[in-house]
Amino acid sequence: MTRFFANANYDFLGVRKYAYAVTAAIILPGLLFLLVRGLNYSIEFTGGTLLQITAKQAVDVGAVRGALDRQGVHGAEIQQFGSANEYVIRARVAKAGTDANDTQATASEVGHALDNVLGKGNYTIQRTEAVGPKVGGELRQKAFLAIFLSFFAVLAYLAYRFEWRFGLAAVIATAHDIIATIAFIAVMRLEVSLVIVGAVLSMVGYSLNDTIIIFDRVRENLRKHKKETFAQILNRSVNETLPRSVLTHGTTLATLLALTIFGGEVIRPFALVMFFGVFTGTFSSIYIASPVLMAIEQRWPGPDVRGARTTSPKPVSPAPAGVARKARA
Amino acid sequence: MFATIRNRLIVIAVLVIGSVFVLVPRSITLRERDPQTGVMRDTVVKQVPIKRGLDLQGGMHLALELDQSKQVSSDPKRDIELALTVLRKRIDEFGVTEPLIQKVGDSRIVVELAGITDPARAKAIVQRSAFLEFKITDKTRALEKALPGMDRTLRGMGVKGVDTATQKRPSAVEQLLGTDSIKNLKDTTTKARDTTTKAKEKGKDTTKKIATARVKGGDTTAKGADTAEKAADTTSVPGGVLESLVQPAAAVAGGQVPGEFLVAETAFPRVDSLLNLPEVRRTLPRGVTLRWAASPTSVGVQSYRYLYALDEKSIVTGSNLEDARAQLDPLTNGPIVTFELDRAGGRKFGEETGKHVGDYMAIILDGRVQGRPPVIQSRIGRNGQITLGGKGLQEAQDLALTLKAGALPIPLKIVEERQVGASLGADSIRKGITAGLVGTALVILIMIGYYRLSGVLSILALGLYILFTFGGLAALGATLTLPGLAGLVLSIGIAVDANVLIFERIREELLLGKTIRLSVDEGFKHAMNAIIDSNVSTVLTALFLFQFGTGPVKGFAVTLIMGIVASMISAVFVVRTFYLIWLDRRPTMSTLSI
Repeated sequence: MTRFFANANYDFLGVRKYAYAVTAAIILPGLLFLLVRGLNYSIEFTGGTLLQITAKQAVDVGAVRGALDRQGVHGAEIQQFGSANEYVIRARVAKAGTDANDTQATASEVGHALDNVLGKGNYTIQRTEAVGPKVGGELRQKAFLAIFLSFFAVLAYLAYRFEWRFGLAAVIATAHDIIATIAFIAVMRLEVSLVIVGAVLSMVGYSLNDTIIIFDRVRENLRKHKKETFAQILNRSVNETLPRSVLTHGTTLATLLALTIFGGEVIRPFALVMFFGVFTGTFSSIYIASPVLMAIEQRWPGPDVRGARTTSPKPVSPAPAGVARKARA
Repeated sequence: MFATIRNRLIVIAVLVIGSVFVLVPRSITLRERDPQTGVMRDTVVKQVPIKRGLDLQGGMHLALELDQSKQVSSDPKRDIELALTVLRKRIDEFGVTEPLIQKVGDSRIVVELAGITDPARAKAIVQRSAFLEFKITDKTRALEKALPGMDRTLRGMGVKGVDTATQKRPSAVEQLLGTDSIKNLKDTTTKARDTTTKAKEKGKDTTKKIATARVKGGDTTAKGADTAEKAADTTSVPGGVLESLVQPAAAVAGGQVPGEFLVAETAFPRVDSLLNLPEVRRTLPRGVTLRWAASPTSVGVQSYRYLYALDEKSIVTGSNLEDARAQLDPLTNGPIVTFELDRAGGRKFGEETGKHVGDYMAIILDGRVQGRPPVIQSRIGRNGQITLGGKGLQEAQDLALTLKAGALPIPLKIVEERQVGASLGADSIRKGITAGLVGTALVILIMIGYYRLSGVLSILALGLYILFTFGGLAALGATLTLPGLAGLVLSIGIAVDANVLIFERIREELLLGKTIRLSVDEGFKHAMNAIIDSNVSTVLTALFLFQFGTGPVKGFAVTLIMGIVASMISAVFVVRTFYLIWLDRRPTMSTLSI
């Protein structure tokens, strides 16, 4: 049988200092970027009007912007979107002097400007989004609530299934993933929409899976290999789950690749965020979750002699330690 | 209970048959109004019974709130309920398949119309107030008498004929005189548009399209144009602003309707705003009210807007309406809306019209006079008609249905609109399917390349996974959205994770020197902990997404949860069964293809 990383024995914990440096090198510039330029929120969150059109010929972007400016809709963004004659027009600021929560005033103004510049019938509207700032604020609030509450729900579940040391380590790793992903979104200037929030949450779930699978192995190995140090157990567990990680990340990245290439403009940012999430999730499971777990065990030792408890709600029958040794030798 | 292979196979067979059964394309009756004849028509379409979200099938999502900028609601809770009932009736009449109309929170109504092809029209039907009034035109020459007084008030406020209080806006007078530079003119027309957008919100179609009833179209003579110029001339004479801009219609374009005035279309927004000043309004005698015509009229080369002085008291309103119907007038072949009043309304209408024979009656829809007021020739009973000049039957149908469904208590404003064209939706589905096929092909390659025959088993299970997921979505009546479709494609890559975990575990057990059968058993047993833990955490995040997300994202969460349940069945239960069969058939097998 083909087997990647069969009997791998890398010293993952030994190089953790370098891993921290890598994380810092990625996250810090990202956060700096975030602070300086902020996030690029979508219309859903800021309120505003979005029109996606297909024109019969190439559009003079400047002319459309000028027409909108003259009609009191200032600072509109006009971008090419996907194929040649597809454009997206975003007007975040409502037409001067109108009630921004009454979305139709601005939306119809954008329509007028297009009629004037392109001519009626020379374009078709594919998609319209018009969101008042009130609704936008509500959606933003809900998105943050979703992220925070799911974070705590998962923490509670981990605390129930594992003991708190494992749970805390997993949550720190997850927090790292969220921060890294937000930094990634900021650097890539991806538009933060509800779909992106969905991607961040899915990424959190995915990365957590990875951490859980390693920790599951740690729990089991603590029982199996009574003579090894905690660091050895961690290294062993990461190494043993390495083939699984490679395979699962491989199939996941394969589908994400398909989505990025063939899924279309709306889905691409989602796929990109997940793509990044697979990498940061793998990285954090190995280089953040495990070392943090070790640090926690050193700071607050558990009842196990090596500083870790082996209790679990569903005890798995331990295999004889001697057999395991022989096979690995 | 599931211990024997036979029982396991029965369970799998039941699941497969159930999934296939709920997914078999079936006939769905779509009830739609025929755009030509206006008759409700049922069309039968065969389709896979999975609900597609608006982003996949095209359609419109609107969130509406009471617009209290012009009219303050005394009881918003009651008004939103009333509006909900009215919208339900209207959309029912409009003929959309499976519309969603619901109240969200205390003050918002969400309307979702799938597959509509004319979003502007649907929006107009939702937003039109449809408040119908009948009023007698004023015979006391109240406005003419009040005009000098109004101008005195305006002068007192600093509004003069030529240079206006608002310097930035070129005065209507300047436009009439044509002294403006082209740029200025442009500015003014955009300004004019500002004001009219407000009107459009109220009844977009009405103001723009419903034209004159019984216009005395013929007499657009040179005389009219002359007078227009004369009217313009008089403005330079230091006099009242309004007096110069508001002309009795009889003097300009002829006609003998009392209380009828003409204002140049270019001056219309300015006059409207002046007349709406509370100080000016106060000078108008009690019992008289002003209303503009719904659309401009051309007299000669000039475009004018009729202004009517009317008795404030309506003789009857749309609340007395029992039925309204769009028809083609047998005489002119133009579209008309015939209506029937209820008993009480009919009696009142008859009494009032009996008293006013020889007077003119204005038909006012959402504050705008429809066409020129016709003369009351005799007592009118319960039946009447509104003539729409030169517009399509569809306009008449839309008017009839909104009238019939009743008026909105307070106008509604659209606080959120999402609309996706059907072609874009179809395009998204196509792209999603392509991505899904390519993704699946890659996963098959990886799994079979790495795990050989065991990989084939997991791919068979993956096929069942896809079948179960769609089956579950159909059975639950869940909605598949674009993010949901993306999530589904992604989950194909993640769904094999359970199999990867199991297979890796089996390999480890085999390496420990255990027998094949024992290794398989132990592999499944040991992998379960990790599989359950990781799936539960994913379900938890999905539940929060479902709770807080909007339509498309909700769809994503549902698909995610459905996918996890399906993958637990296919990757664990089904693959286990396959192994059991395999090992049963080849008890002497010495190496497992894994």
